[in-house]
Amino acid sequence: MYNWKGRFGVFGGQYVPETLMNALIELEEQYDKYKDDPDFRKELDYYLREYCGRETPLYFAQRLTEYLGGGKIYLKREDLNHTGAHKINNVLGQILLAKKMGKKRIIAETGAGQHGVATATVAAMFGLQCEIYMGAEDVERQALNVFRMKLLGAKVNAVHSGTSTLKDATNEAMRDWVANVENTFYVIGSVVGPHPYPTIVRDFQRIIGDEVKKQILQKENRLPDYIIACVGGGSNAMGIFYPFLEDKDVKLIGTEAAGMGLDTDRHAATLAKGKIGVLHGMMSYFLQDEDGQIDPVYSISAGLDYPGIGPEHAYLKDSGRAQYVSITDKEALDAFQLLSNLEGIIPALESSHAIAYAMKLCPATSKNNIIIVNLSGRGDKDVYTVAKVLGVNLDDKN
Amino acid sequence: MTRIERKFEILKANNQKALITYITAGDPDLEVTKQLVLEMERKGADIIELGIPYSDPVADGPVIQRAAQRALSKKIKIKNIMDMVREIRKETQIPLLYLLYFNCMLQYGIEKFISECSEAGIDGLIIPDLPYEESKDVKDIAARYNVNIISLIAPTSTGRIKKIAQDAKGFIYCVSSTGVTGTREQFKTNFYEFMEEIKKYSDTPKAIGFGISSPEQAKEIKNYCEGVIVGSAIVRIIEDYNQSSEVIDKIGEFVSQLKAALNR
Repeated sequence: MYNWKGRFGVFGGQYVPETLMNALIELEEQYDKYKDDPDFRKELDYYLREYCGRETPLYFAQRLTEYLGGGKIYLKREDLNHTGAHKINNVLGQILLAKKMGKKRIIAETGAGQHGVATATVAAMFGLQCEIYMGAEDVERQALNVFRMKLLGAKVNAVHSGTSTLKDATNEAMRDWVANVENTFYVIGSVVGPHPYPTIVRDFQRIIGDEVKKQILQKENRLPDYIIACVGGGSNAMGIFYPFLEDKDVKLIGTEAAGMGLDTDRHAATLAKGKIGVLHGMMSYFLQDEDGQIDPVYSISAGLDYPGIGPEHAYLKDSGRAQYVSITDKEALDAFQLLSNLEGIIPALESSHAIAYAMKLCPATSKNNIIIVNLSGRGDKDVYTVAKVLGVNLDDKN
Repeated sequence: MTRIERKFEILKANNQKALITYITAGDPDLEVTKQLVLEMERKGADIIELGIPYSDPVADGPVIQRAAQRALSKKIKIKNIMDMVREIRKETQIPLLYLLYFNCMLQYGIEKFISECSEAGIDGLIIPDLPYEESKDVKDIAARYNVNIISLIAPTSTGRIKKIAQDAKGFIYCVSSTGVTGTREQFKTNFYEFMEEIKKYSDTPKAIGFGISSPEQAKEIKNYCEGVIVGSAIVRIIEDYNQSSEVIDKIGEFVSQLKAALNR
């Protein structure tokens, strides 16, 4: 039943207003037409290489490995992409597709702002009109990224409805799309949304895993034992997991945000605590009440602050192919500081959730084990948030 | 035959068009909702849609979103709404529909929900995020309980109209324009062409909704269809008067104007 007509087992589907159905059908047709088209691939590869900076290194984190005292830890450096995260891989793919489809206007939702920045960047580079929807709360905590998007020529719409975070930004982007479907391309930022988006985004992100496979074979002459990646919607994780799905000895581990703890109601641990439901066009796991009202979620990391998860992850969880664990804010903050100190790399708070699990796992592994952590983005955007938690006043001139 | 189907037959026999009104259940509270249903019927509404408030109503504009927020802030649950419908049914036989998002029904239990709808006196369901392709199971269950699942057709439904229209029960909800619910100054859709296309494939009554905000617009639109749906314009009055005892009268007055426009 895997990936049958937009379904991953029972998950996925197309739960959208009728107004959007033909747009989704057209997107699927156009994507099928271009995905293996040699000219399209060539153009995408060109931009990924020359504009984005691929391939990204697979870096052996020697000091972190020595500190933790277990298997060898490698970091896939998606933070070194242009705009500072893996998000741009997918945005380049989707916007090239939008161009082929003759769309002049690009919209996107964003949580932490990384997807919004990537979209604004690529839209600027191709000279397309761009509007970004962002929850009002995220606009506040990610002011730097908001300013970046504006510099790049995008209009940023702060969304005040609902919980004023990513979920509501997604609702608002969908409303915009319903109204302007004829000239607008909606660039979805994760492996979420109605079919064919989860597949499209995964295909554009699988470059992470494809590169990792090649790189680790070159460096170690064998596949890794563990791959760890954070999951909000789940695009960086899906991208690094996907090429390894058939390699059953490679353990795939997704880390979701436990916020203040799973015993509180302040978390975003969709797979640990969610139930099967429908939102944003897809059937997946969601944090919700018995009437289907979507629960407010929380994470220190705006990018993980989403009440659902991509349908393919829901399927990987139920089928047992991937394992999902929860990491608290505090554990992520400790990992954020540890990696900065030991390796001179300031990770995004999202990625810090993956590092945090490596810190737990690594001491229990043997020296022959290989652990790959997807460093999905860099932490510049999170420095203010972390400073605040640590009680440092960055505006203090002294 | 459901109450909806019977209502359209009676209206047709009398050469009249249906006035279909929408309010969000529980906005501002369930007692007012009940009174509004009865008042709207007295003032000429033929069919009433009750929105089940939802945290993430992606097909709705700001007016109905805010109504849902107001209702949810009162902790309104589906079971409370079902109880209110049972109360309403003691007093009126007006056709009633729920408008709800699929997740609400899914969590409640699809068969449990539909069987309770049938028992409480709900005649039809509008599920704006359940397109044709995803709707078969729900339609099969609804048919067993004599509840109509209302099909929606949009101006962007080119190539899909035939299969949706041929499958439609109760009435066909024809979306006036792209976009979410909310009032509109004018419509870009060519209603004549849009509705002629739908008529080719189905005799099921057709109602036009989304953005109809005034008696004048209702009067213009009625020429193309068997029913006119008015939602946001009513909900906006509820919002404006929600703390006031005048809310019932204001809604009644507006509904009379709409009905008069349809009968003109």
